[in-house]
Amino acid sequence: MEPSKPKARLDAEFSDLYRAHLRDVYSYSYYRVGNHHDAEDLTEQTFLQAYRHFERAQRESDGRPLRPWLIRIAHNLAANYYRDRARRPQTPIEDASILSATHDTETLVEGRDELRRILDGVAELPDDRREALIMRFALGMDNREIARAMGRTDGATKVLLHRATKQLEEIVRKREETPR
Amino acid sequence: MTSEAADFELLLRRALAPVDPPADLSERLETTLASLTELAADELEAWELGAMRDPRNWARPAAAAVVGTTAGAALVLVRARRRNQRRSRGGFDVLALAERTVRDVAEEARRLFDDSQRPR
Repeated sequence: MEPSKPKARLDAEFSDLYRAHLRDVYSYSYYRVGNHHDAEDLTEQTFLQAYRHFERAQRESDGRPLRPWLIRIAHNLAANYYRDRARRPQTPIEDASILSATHDTETLVEGRDELRRILDGVAELPDDRREALIMRFALGMDNREIARAMGRTDGATKVLLHRATKQLEEIVRKREETPR
Repeated sequence: MTSEAADFELLLRRALAPVDPPADLSERLETTLASLTELAADELEAWELGAMRDPRNWARPAAAAVVGTTAGAALVLVRARRRNQRRSRGGFDVLALAERTVRDVAEEARRLFDDSQRPR
């Protein structure tokens, strides 16, 4: 068994991990819960949990990146959050500040309605499909990373992403055809 | 991939743009993480076996042992602080707040202790 690392070194490595992935964890949390307040809580709890189990995760990761592990923690905490509070994820687009907070003015002018339809559609997807799309497009994770974060095989993840995109396209197309 | 599919993916990428965390979250988290590493180390250093004979000295070293290299203590403080922040929006009574804080910290410490006792 590998001997434990000195605590100071572990703390420094955790600090690097935190700096490298704070934005990823926050983005994931934000698109998952749909508001800044709960996203902050979820991000905070994710890093505290991660700190708690960091040494073991490092040992077991075998040198592989730890981002999927971090996102998996956030995923589990979000699941508990909904279970405890008997809430459903909020539709991100319900919050009027979201588009303006995450998109520049030019993008908004060009396709606000289109982006709104997509975000509404993402919120309608089943949980696993929505999560896979958030990981792919908001965090830029590849199939292997997503597979590790979701505890699936690479092949199953590829299929999941394909189906998620197809279903979303269908939802968006229907929304375009059905004026509100 | 068809150009239609590529266009849709491009739209998705724009819709799900990464979100920057608020600056105060980064500051708060860094402070919390820094204080928790110091707290755990200090508490463990202060653990003198001789003092353990007196039950009045058990609480702090026992808490530090639970914390160890975990985030337990920070979690306690963060949660208790958050509750107080939420309450203080409604009104302010220093004595009541202090009493509630003590109760909150004890409750969180109990939860973390229970959690640490569960088989993994």
